[in-house]
Amino acid sequence: MMKHIFLAVLISIAGTLNAANATDFSVTSAGVQPNMVKIYGAGGIRGLEGYQSGFLISEQGHILTVWSYVLDTDYITITLDDGRKFQGEIVGADPRLEIAVLKIETDGLQHFKLSDVVGVNPGSRILAFSNLFKIATGDEPNSVLHGIVAAKTPLNARRGAFKTTYKGPVYILDAITNNPGAAGGALTTRNGELAGLLGKELRNSQNGTWLNYAIPISELTSAVEDIIAGRTRPRSLDEEAIRPDIPHTLKALGIQMVPDVLAKTPPFVDSITAGSEAEKKGLRPDDLILYINDRRVDSCTTLRSELELIDQIDDVTLVIQREDELTEIVLQGE
Amino acid sequence: MTRLLQTITLGAFLLNSVCATLSAQDGSVPDDVLASQAKRIAAIKKASAATVMVFANEGKGGGSGVLISKDGYALSNYHVVQPAGTAMKCAINDGKLYDAVLVSIDPVGDVALIKLLGRNDFPVATLEDSDKVRAGDWCFAVGNPFLLATDFNPTVTYGIVSGVHRYQYPAGTLLEYADCIQTDASINPGNSGGPLFNENGDLIGINGRGSFEKRGRVNVGVGYAISINQIKHFMGFLYSGRILDHATLGATVSTDENGNVIVTNISEASDAYRRGLRYGDQLLSFGGRNITTVNGFKNVLGIYPRGWRVPISFLHEGDRIDTFVRLTGVHSPEELLARVQPNRQQPQGAPMPEGAPKDSPAEPTERNLPDVVKPYFAARRGFANFHFNKSNQARIWNSYTSQTKPDEIRGDWTLRGKLGNLGDASIVLTKTRVDADLPQGKAFAVLDNDLGQQEAPRGSGGLLVALHLWKHIQQSGLSQFGDVYYLGSMPTPKHTEKQDVLVATHSVIECRFYFSPSTGLLTSMEMYPDLGVDPCEIYFSEYESVNGRMLPRHMEIIHGDTIYGDLLIEDFELNDTGATE
Repeated sequence: MMKHIFLAVLISIAGTLNAANATDFSVTSAGVQPNMVKIYGAGGIRGLEGYQSGFLISEQGHILTVWSYVLDTDYITITLDDGRKFQGEIVGADPRLEIAVLKIETDGLQHFKLSDVVGVNPGSRILAFSNLFKIATGDEPNSVLHGIVAAKTPLNARRGAFKTTYKGPVYILDAITNNPGAAGGALTTRNGELAGLLGKELRNSQNGTWLNYAIPISELTSAVEDIIAGRTRPRSLDEEAIRPDIPHTLKALGIQMVPDVLAKTPPFVDSITAGSEAEKKGLRPDDLILYINDRRVDSCTTLRSELELIDQIDDVTLVIQREDELTEIVLQGE
Repeated sequence: MTRLLQTITLGAFLLNSVCATLSAQDGSVPDDVLASQAKRIAAIKKASAATVMVFANEGKGGGSGVLISKDGYALSNYHVVQPAGTAMKCAINDGKLYDAVLVSIDPVGDVALIKLLGRNDFPVATLEDSDKVRAGDWCFAVGNPFLLATDFNPTVTYGIVSGVHRYQYPAGTLLEYADCIQTDASINPGNSGGPLFNENGDLIGINGRGSFEKRGRVNVGVGYAISINQIKHFMGFLYSGRILDHATLGATVSTDENGNVIVTNISEASDAYRRGLRYGDQLLSFGGRNITTVNGFKNVLGIYPRGWRVPISFLHEGDRIDTFVRLTGVHSPEELLARVQPNRQQPQGAPMPEGAPKDSPAEPTERNLPDVVKPYFAARRGFANFHFNKSNQARIWNSYTSQTKPDEIRGDWTLRGKLGNLGDASIVLTKTRVDADLPQGKAFAVLDNDLGQQEAPRGSGGLLVALHLWKHIQQSGLSQFGDVYYLGSMPTPKHTEKQDVLVATHSVIECRFYFSPSTGLLTSMEMYPDLGVDPCEIYFSEYESVNGRMLPRHMEIIHGDTIYGDLLIEDFELNDTGATE
């Protein structure tokens, strides 16, 4: 009996604290909104939304968002909270984490400081900011939803249930945060401190339920820093890169890529030479090569250029995407 | 005791920041927390009492609503009452089921007004100023989701305001959610038409729509409420029993590369065109709001009824122009009528009244109505419920004629006085002619000829014909004058108090007569000789009792952007029988 009374008291406290802090969220929301951006890119057909969300992480216009088909275009439009529009350039991406960093050419912007990121615990009150359903346009503020962190858990706990390459820990949320266009939005504390990045829509392939989650920023920080510092840029873009006398070649490794017919032909493996190093290490036709020695490759051309910079005696580490799984394959040097 | 402590510890952990305020030893709760709790309980109690659960007759679905007057007027959604038809059953949490009748519909704004019958002391919601609502504010929806409230206790869902001044596109031309409130409080089928309250339990909107797309017709954290401020604009019209239309400016706009909102198309027949708005002009403000986006423009346009005059500012060739513009309808009356006919597909995005059939007849008819509803319904083509139009016409006309006694002055009228400081003026109104002797010269109108062609005196827009129609409606009464209906009440640029408006058409000439609800007197009239031209406006003031009859000593005459003159009447000669008769 006593137990029930105490529970009742506790539950009512939970309710009243919300009311006691009634004005907080509108102040928090107004403070966070200038950090938020609306991103428009590829899509807009067959149920694929041509928009997503993002937020500023530097005064100079660096924007963190999710890596998705929306960014698969030369024309990415970024709309700031004040309505100003910019062309966004992709600084870099990490498909393993499904994130991308964009940049716009401006200065003096309010932004989230990645150094000030906080962690949140189950039970913490959170706010989710995003342009879900493309409700806001121009200088209209992003949508804000409220909820509670239900759990912090690895996403691969239900292996095979969710089609995503990200396998790290996520915050599971009790609010319906991950709607179309919400990916790339910001998860903050009740005070507006950055805690997470709203992930792409994920539907459990076994039971059809949608997952509402955010990736803790702390899981992304070093990757974001690497991207901004240019450490994932293809070395071949650097004219002063040292070229080895005898580099690796696709042919010597036993890899044939798909015909290079586009300006940026996606680096898919077409076939593997029998008995080659590539076959021995398990590379297969239709594998998509994402990274070579931690450098991002986005085309067959970049792949060849990067290989030319790797000495034949050194190992070649590939990160490949096979369906929805990311795999690392190390091809030994001679 | 150990278990007790465990419980407290677990609770405190879950509640995170509660730890500091909770004394684990005695379980006592700080006073401010209790006060806050009491406040929320009181808000929910107050809000729930005014919430209506709508159940359509014969199992045709239902939804929610909210009471706004003690005599039973309640707001709901058009898409909730449309399948229900003219009569429905409504429950409130006093545990009783009431008969209710449809009053008016606003199909573009997805609003309906209904009237619950049987009490004059219904609990009512307090209408808040919804422009004060901010993203992040706590709010809660009360209603009848999934028609769960069969015990007549509504469901309460709590959330925050996710965005304000949102624009959600219409389905065709109906069900446009302009300037609406977005919330993450659960809005599900059956919540439609129900209230959204702020944390104090004051009404900020009417829930009616959500974003759903691929996840089925249940809440995904994005619901929309029609702002109560928009409904306040329509309120004066909602009591009229009409089918209301929203407005267009007669111009379209888009954003240019500098982010300015520019006119890209304008109809030469529009009032905006007559007020000087042209292709390429930059819109600065509209309805008192600065315009920075196309959505912002649509938001303002969406909150005004057809026929309102709204302030507008724009840049034309570098010059700023500030004026008022008359808004025309989105539809012609016939178009609107065709769109609200039955067998219409339900639009995407509208959380349908739970369990409603896809196409249900809603043809108004007096048959099959409950006996208690019958006195409150009159069918007439083009009206949602003509009963409420008729009763308002009678109210206005009785109030006016009780002070002016036009029955006693059915003959010729002569007005003598001055036209401003220009000199003497006299106007003689007979059954067949109007003759004026004005400082500018003589003018006349022959009443057997086409009234719409006679704009005498020059520059007035047809003052003599207007005065004839002013006299004629008083002498003939509403039923003999022509086609008359009650438009509702609306503000005018010259009156802060909303004026009751009768629209009266005599042959092809439309007149609007504006009455003050507080004095019952005629304050202005507009006479439209033709479509697409500025009316002749007469503003009546300085009423005095002359021989026991209230008469206006001052008539200000305006045509378009210019004041024609002030007619100051010193002598009324109003005969009780016509000399020429």
